[in-house]
Amino acid sequence: MIEAIDLDLIAAVQEGLPIASRPYALIAEQLNLDESEVIARLSKLKQQGLIKRLGVIVKHRRLGYCSNAMVVFDMPDTHINEMGQRISQFHFINLCYQRPRHGDQWPYNLFCMIHGKSREKVLQQLSYLIEHCALENYAHDILFSRRCFKQRGALYFPRGSGFSHENRD
Amino acid sequence: MDEIDRAIINTLQVGFPICPSPYKKVAKTLNISEQALIERLQTLLDNGILSRFGPMFHAEQMGGALTLAAIKAPQDNYDTMAEIINSFPEVAHNYAREHVLNMWFVLATETPEQIQQVINQIEAQTGLTVYNMPKIQEYFVGLKLEA
Repeated sequence: MIEAIDLDLIAAVQEGLPIASRPYALIAEQLNLDESEVIARLSKLKQQGLIKRLGVIVKHRRLGYCSNAMVVFDMPDTHINEMGQRISQFHFINLCYQRPRHGDQWPYNLFCMIHGKSREKVLQQLSYLIEHCALENYAHDILFSRRCFKQRGALYFPRGSGFSHENRD
Repeated sequence: MDEIDRAIINTLQVGFPICPSPYKKVAKTLNISEQALIERLQTLLDNGILSRFGPMFHAEQMGGALTLAAIKAPQDNYDTMAEIINSFPEVAHNYAREHVLNMWFVLATETPEQIQQVINQIEAQTGLTVYNMPKIQEYFVGLKLEA
């Protein structure tokens, strides 16, 4: 169970941190707490893993990452953990998950994301990955994104918005 | 955007300190003034290069749930399908992709039960089958795009 004060704290920061010299003091003031308590509680939430990280999320297209590809493989269940870990070592792999297949409609169970500035570059990286992980014998597909309809953080607390996670592409 | 902005983005994608004067601390490693960091960060947010600055929460530990889902939207009413899906507040993002399964979206809900409820609602409103692909195992999450 998350403590009530922590819930208030999460609600106060979920839309973002104040951009001012003493951000945690400003949050403390808003919640009627001491700055030191805000710092201690946020540190604890981070240590517990409830806060995965603090920092920025970039709009990848604005940085020139216009070719984002979801690369999927049909991997035998006996190999998938080993291959998932191996694929994750490559610097251009941003996310890597096992997800369920859906019969003939969708035979793939290993999903990873490659963000690149051009399709050519992404395809080169995929070839490199296939060669270096000996993936030639596994069926795969590459799904480039064409349009982004919506990109925002997820909502958790009705009190606030812009609650972001990193499961995006 | 100049080299300093790029350095700010790259540094803050890794993390931000939890201490009384965190901007001062980061500014020092970047060899700029605290004021310069604050102003530049605000500008990067204002002009939309950064979509967010703050904590990223662990959805499942917060009691919430996430899933990736896809549909086969017919070409002739693709945009209508996109509008229906985007109208759900639980849809965190939605992308057109090149495949028979041509629309891929992430659902984020306050409780695990709500995932299936939202999927049922989307199926009812679109008349399409939603392919639900929740993660079984996470091997790597480290989205860091060098500026």
